[in-house]
Amino acid sequence: MSDLLEVSGLTVEFATRRGIVKAVRQVDISVAKGETLGIVGESGSGKSVTSYAVMRILDRAGRIAEGTISFAGLEVQNAPERQMVDLRGREMSMIFQNPRAALNPIRRVGEQIEDVLRQHAQAGSADARDKAIEALRQVRISRPEERYRAYPFELSGGMCQRVVIALALACRPKLLIADEPTTGLDVTTQKAVMDLIVELTRERGMSTILITHDLGLAATYCDRVVVMEKGEVVESAPAAMIFSSPQHPYTRKLMRATPRPGIALRDLLPDDRPAPPPQSAPVADAGAPLLTVSGLVKEYPREQINFISRLLRPAQAQEAPFRAVDGISFEVRRGESVGLVGESGCGKSTTSMMLMRLLDPTDGTITFDGQDIGAIPAKEFARNPLRSRIQMVFQDPTDSLNPRFTAARAIADPLMRFANHGLNLRSRIEDLAQLVGLPLDLLDRFPHQLSGGQKARVGIARAMALEPDLVVLDEPTAALDVSVQAVVLNLLADLKAKLGMSYLFVSHDLHVVRLVCDRVIVMRGGRIVEQGSAAQVLEAPKADYTRELISAAPHPPVQGS
Amino acid sequence: MSALGEGAAPVAPGRLSGLFATLGHARYVIGGNPVTGFAFGLLGLLVICAIFGPMLAPYDPLMSDTLAKLQPPSAKHWFGTDALGRDILSRVIVAARLDLTIAVASVALVFAFGGLAGIAAGFFGGWTDRIVGRIADTIMAFPLFVLAMGIVAALGNTVTNIVIATAIINFPLYARIARAEASVRREAGYVMAARLSGNSEWRIALTTIMPNILPIMMVQMSLTMGYAILNAAGLSFIGLGVRPPTPEWGIMVAEGSGSIISGEWWIALFPGVALMLAVFCFNLIGDGLRDIVDPQRRT
Repeated sequence: MSDLLEVSGLTVEFATRRGIVKAVRQVDISVAKGETLGIVGESGSGKSVTSYAVMRILDRAGRIAEGTISFAGLEVQNAPERQMVDLRGREMSMIFQNPRAALNPIRRVGEQIEDVLRQHAQAGSADARDKAIEALRQVRISRPEERYRAYPFELSGGMCQRVVIALALACRPKLLIADEPTTGLDVTTQKAVMDLIVELTRERGMSTILITHDLGLAATYCDRVVVMEKGEVVESAPAAMIFSSPQHPYTRKLMRATPRPGIALRDLLPDDRPAPPPQSAPVADAGAPLLTVSGLVKEYPREQINFISRLLRPAQAQEAPFRAVDGISFEVRRGESVGLVGESGCGKSTTSMMLMRLLDPTDGTITFDGQDIGAIPAKEFARNPLRSRIQMVFQDPTDSLNPRFTAARAIADPLMRFANHGLNLRSRIEDLAQLVGLPLDLLDRFPHQLSGGQKARVGIARAMALEPDLVVLDEPTAALDVSVQAVVLNLLADLKAKLGMSYLFVSHDLHVVRLVCDRVIVMRGGRIVEQGSAAQVLEAPKADYTRELISAAPHPPVQGS
Repeated sequence: MSALGEGAAPVAPGRLSGLFATLGHARYVIGGNPVTGFAFGLLGLLVICAIFGPMLAPYDPLMSDTLAKLQPPSAKHWFGTDALGRDILSRVIVAARLDLTIAVASVALVFAFGGLAGIAAGFFGGWTDRIVGRIADTIMAFPLFVLAMGIVAALGNTVTNIVIATAIINFPLYARIARAEASVRREAGYVMAARLSGNSEWRIALTTIMPNILPIMMVQMSLTMGYAILNAAGLSFIGLGVRPPTPEWGIMVAEGSGSIISGEWWIALFPGVALMLAVFCFNLIGDGLRDIVDPQRRT
């Protein structure tokens, strides 16, 4: 079988202020006809840049410095731009990470598919509509005639990604590049989308490049996997081989850091560290309930589309308000970590916001250490002394740090409001930095001068500054690379052992939850579907939904060790 | 105390390196965009004229010399003389101070009030937002220059009132930009984090939101500065505001405009060019600042 795409000695340079930066160095990749190739690597490994070079859509500062890219006999690096325009979309096309950003928000999705068909002369004005509907049908969108008229904002994330796939495949390209096609989608949606891509590519004998940071995903769907690190290919082998006997130390490190069934938290780290010490800080009456939630409800009024419909419809006939959280009850005991699991829109974030007292519940009680904090309005809670005892670690470490505060100032923020004035602020900040393993010389840097893992540490130090009793961890590792995630998860476990607080771990990743939590609560559509001990819920789930979630999560084949 | 001393030590290099990084970035941007460098040079010249104007001017700007009236540009009078024999170069230089003062004062005023109102509207929403929004709409409903004329005519013909009028007509611009930027950041993670740290809403608005939108407001300030100069000159041109014989670019253009037909072009041209360069300079700086502040919006 001849290779459809042959990349050899590819070097891509970017002109930056600090001179020329080589984002990709001497990369050799080949994709055979009908093959699915996975490019795996962490952020900054050059996997996306490689694919942009293949499509010749590098931004202005970047250029192909060396090497050849040959696609079906064409030398892509030297091809005139006009030829490339014709090639893109017709011969090779791309699926982007954020489907909503890839679609034009003010045009109907059907029209957007028609545009591509017409651009490449695949359809005339007479049959464009039918062909567009057919394209939607092929990506398993139900009621395609109706969806043809939908705007992107009317569709869910998974639907949008299907439309993007329909766009990419509309002209029957020979090569499909999928750049993190399912990041940001739920596991069940991810499974549906990936199954669809694989099925369509098989059907048409297309070649696919799947770019991902997720080894599990690559293992499940690719024939061959290329591992990239810092702009270089470190390993390339058939998928089965690479996971059963990884050769390169970096591949082994990645493999190790990927959460999967049957391992403990410590196994994620590259070095064999001893298991976390047993709870060293004495927890006062451990096991006593710290937080009790009962019958918690959050309703949002449905907004009337326009003024006229509001006038026409009498008040009684209006729809019932939307219930984001629909009467949930659970408790978190002292010194315990509880996982709150569910897909997007299940109400887990709304719940955590209400527990954090950033949002007022519609109904129900939140009892924290014997006091009903649900009754205190969110606006006044900032001045309440209880504020210091409930803290949070946010999902996105970049977004949750004020860009104009140094790391030290960010950590100091809660201390300045709550700690007594005699405190030596700087030494307390340094203690906290040491606690979370942040080098002290980084304390005077601004967030943009820190790496993702370092920012996460700053966010954790800030949450720990007031020694809270309850910390809500809102997907604390979702924005981090797996190797960084491994370190951060272990840090959180160590901190809990040292300080003896309770965690409420909000996440969509079941593998991660299993590693960190004692008990798990599964939510769907604002209700609790199942709760119980982590082992019981994840090994022997009772609810169908939990079973579906567990089976949808991809994981690399377990290592022999 | 020793712990404090040690703690304080690394702050200084951190701050300094931050400053150097900013300066380095500014130099990089200006290096890539010589027009911005030119605009900053022009600004320097304007500021020097404004500060040292009376010392730099070769003649007394108010001294009339009827023997030397209406003289074209020459080695003695580089920009020529006007109908009363006053040296136009001296008057153009000395006027820089008044025009820049009006512009800076009015922009500072509108930045303080418009910026704060906008931040409050964007951050708190609800009634605050509606009130600020309606005030801005009301001001926008008038032709702005006519509104400024009306305000100066009603309040009286003084420099202070020109400053106030210029600030009022720019209010909607500032309030709207600050509102848009604040409302984008209202739900940002770091704002929620600030709430968790026990900051009150007002404190968040002033210590978290404001510093973050300051760079964008700075760009706006520079752009409005040119407009403020133009507005002040325009008011003087039609006889409101600064009164003759005070040297001011708008008045000088007005005084010279009658003489253009009779061939004395230099009386109106040179103050007009000064005015144009000032406006030009602030607009270019605004563009340059935007590149420095937000490299992604570079065009």
